[in-house]
Amino acid sequence: MAQRLKPVDVVTIGVGLTGSLAALELAKAGLKVVGLERGAPRYTVPDFQSPAIHDELRFSIRKAMMQDNTKVAVTFRNSSDETALPIRRWGSFLPGQGLGGSFVHWNGQSYRAQVVDFIYQTHILQRYGKKFLEACGPELTIQDWGVTYEELEPYFDRFEYLLGVSGKAGNIKGQIQRGGNPFEAPRSREYPNPPMKEPYFAALFRKSAERLGYHPFPQPSSNLSRPYKNPEGLDLQACVYCGFCERYACEHFAKASPQTVILPALLNRPNYELRTNCEVQRINLDSTRKKATGVTYVDAAGTEYEQPAELVLITAFALSNVRTLLLSGIGEPYDPWTGKGVVGRNYSYQTTGGPTVFMDESININPFMASGATGTVIDDFGGDNFDHSNLGFIGGQYIAGTMTGGRPIEFHPTPPGTPEWGLEWKRAVAQHYNHTITIVQHGTSTASRLNYLDLDPTYKDAWGQPLLRMTFDFPENDIRMSQYIADKVVEIGRAMGGKVVVRGGAKRPYTTTVYQATHNTGGAVMGDDPKTSVVNRYQQCWDVSNVFSIGGSSFPQNITYNYTMTIGALTYWTLDAIKDKYLKSPGPLVQT
Amino acid sequence: MTDLSRRTIIKGTSAIGAAILPATLTEKIARADSAHNQGAGSPANAPSGGAGVSHEAPSTTYLFFNTEEAAFVEAALARLIPKDDQWAGALEAGAPNYMDKQLAGAWGAGERLYRSGPWQPGTPTQGYQLPFTPAELFRGAIGAINKELAQRPFAKMSPDEQDNYLKSLEAGGKDLGGVPSDVFFAHLWQCTLEGFFSDPVYGGNRDMVSWRMIGFPGAYASYYDLVDQHGIKIDRPPMSLAQDAHGHIHMNPGIPARSP
Repeated sequence: MAQRLKPVDVVTIGVGLTGSLAALELAKAGLKVVGLERGAPRYTVPDFQSPAIHDELRFSIRKAMMQDNTKVAVTFRNSSDETALPIRRWGSFLPGQGLGGSFVHWNGQSYRAQVVDFIYQTHILQRYGKKFLEACGPELTIQDWGVTYEELEPYFDRFEYLLGVSGKAGNIKGQIQRGGNPFEAPRSREYPNPPMKEPYFAALFRKSAERLGYHPFPQPSSNLSRPYKNPEGLDLQACVYCGFCERYACEHFAKASPQTVILPALLNRPNYELRTNCEVQRINLDSTRKKATGVTYVDAAGTEYEQPAELVLITAFALSNVRTLLLSGIGEPYDPWTGKGVVGRNYSYQTTGGPTVFMDESININPFMASGATGTVIDDFGGDNFDHSNLGFIGGQYIAGTMTGGRPIEFHPTPPGTPEWGLEWKRAVAQHYNHTITIVQHGTSTASRLNYLDLDPTYKDAWGQPLLRMTFDFPENDIRMSQYIADKVVEIGRAMGGKVVVRGGAKRPYTTTVYQATHNTGGAVMGDDPKTSVVNRYQQCWDVSNVFSIGGSSFPQNITYNYTMTIGALTYWTLDAIKDKYLKSPGPLVQT
Repeated sequence: MTDLSRRTIIKGTSAIGAAILPATLTEKIARADSAHNQGAGSPANAPSGGAGVSHEAPSTTYLFFNTEEAAFVEAALARLIPKDDQWAGALEAGAPNYMDKQLAGAWGAGERLYRSGPWQPGTPTQGYQLPFTPAELFRGAIGAINKELAQRPFAKMSPDEQDNYLKSLEAGGKDLGGVPSDVFFAHLWQCTLEGFFSDPVYGGNRDMVSWRMIGFPGAYASYYDLVDQHGIKIDRPPMSLAQDAHGHIHMNPGIPARSP
């Protein structure tokens, strides 16, 4: 029997990026907020400190900061005629666990989405027509977001200043800026901090890209180029390029994370309460099933609690958001056979995979001098920045001369033809380690009716609830896109002086065993039509108006760029809607 | 008796009848005794010639592997990453010790491995789907190998024969007590890489030999003034997580039992 707790105004399920940001905004508005986090509490001091934080085996290989998959895993299959089996060890994507969530171990790559990303279906149909889109793949289910870039711009801006993003603007109020990304959407002002220093690999990439007529710009970074005080009054430090960023927490207060840019302003508020090691089981609904009454959760000791709340915010990782909705019976589950239902629909990923460039041995790359977001990028092949009329696909990728460290268990490249082990392998590793560059291709994932999330019929979590089941393979459209761009990147690699350039590009089938990106999107997408979306333009559930599902799960399809900034902007946008509209008159913010 | 370390047992055994042990193992033990701790944790860099880097296999107190298992592992790792005239290989770097401690600890017991059934083979894209923990997998597979090679143990084969046998495991198709041989080989190789390249605090990468070999400065963590000095050669010796002011590396007392 669950122990019933004193009612509160707001409960957040998860205390990562969206959960801590939502709690801060609503606590400032005077509401009593409880944050439920499934992982442990952890802070820059003492938890992220040297020397233990620079441990490649523990963090990169054993994945110490990731969701405890012995308790909650995800099952996977490439297509719905296969039997899904548990991902028994994380590989392709790495959801974080613990206070701060994935926003602690992220790399800090901080791009805005583009204007056309939010009106994707409208834009593609206008520019290329219905026939073209159908030829790209009749299974594709792209759609608009219900919110526009223009509406989100102030929130992108606000989120960038919260994080202290270091970069160079490419477009301020429509004026193209020298040195920035000329393809970026217009921004209201410059980044809060100047770009990061440019490592050698990035400089080589920039010179080569310039020579080929492309438009290189410094990667926007939430590892900071200089000390910065954010609008919450919190101090960040300059990054020292230690090369332990992705899969690690920052010991230097130099990477934006809940611990550095949000939590210190939140945790001392008397109307906020953080409860860690609490696993939410479901959102409880009243008899009408139109209103949530709160959540049921289990603490570390196994005691079950019912936490009544006026407002429930689902603020976990995208996959957990979708699972929470399914376990709670909110929204109609998607049925791939009939195309009906919405929860789990339009699950998308990220299409990645770039080449490896083997340089002359006289060139010392020093790949270990890096941060998670230090490099030079071109956006010439991003999104719809190039004409697709004769290409037979939609979407694109940015191309980046970015390396995030030289940690050797993960990084020990050898050229093609080298044996997989033995003396020759060893000599090749010694020969090429410091003279090899990897280039990133990172881009769109087109939604398809064949790719979706639902509850697994067989496998359970530690509390006896069904695991989430993922059915996914890359649409042929995305393979064509990635392979087209792979050719362009090989040219860049050769122009950099690469003696051997190993071509990149994505291939089918998608595999869960190789790391690609932790940018899982969709499954609870936003939109204007309840038949094709789970939440409205304010990320409010169509079916239960006092539940908001916030984060990457809202993306109708995935964009070219790493999605953190877009998630941050959407979170601020939703919170303004809650404060300015919902709290004044609780109920659906969009009428159906 | 229960307090006796594996090494003590081996030493005692070798005194009363070395014939029951593979010759290579006893030789290594004898060599290791004289080389014990030589140069361990020395901060001196070795850009060439391997000065300060021991070419002898270190003495290992095995907690997980039995004598026969250790003999296979030591011999296999000596082929997977062999020593050369410049740099120690996986054996000399202590990768068998690393592997032993990992298998004896939380990782060996299935840490971070979702372990509920039902079990079925699955597709390659679904990843590892066997019911075995790493400890069970290594024990079962090495046991099957040693049984198959009872007449002519792996450690007694010539290097070429050893390479061919390892290639046959890598190619798959052989059943090792329920473990497909390619799955076992992949685990063995990954563990060897980890033991060669991970921080010495975990019991391998002795003298940070792999880091010296490739020029990785280790846990050293500030390149603010160097990152934009393009193409410079970094000559400073690498640094371990657990290195003190005298350059000694202290084994992490929490290993192998620490959970993440």
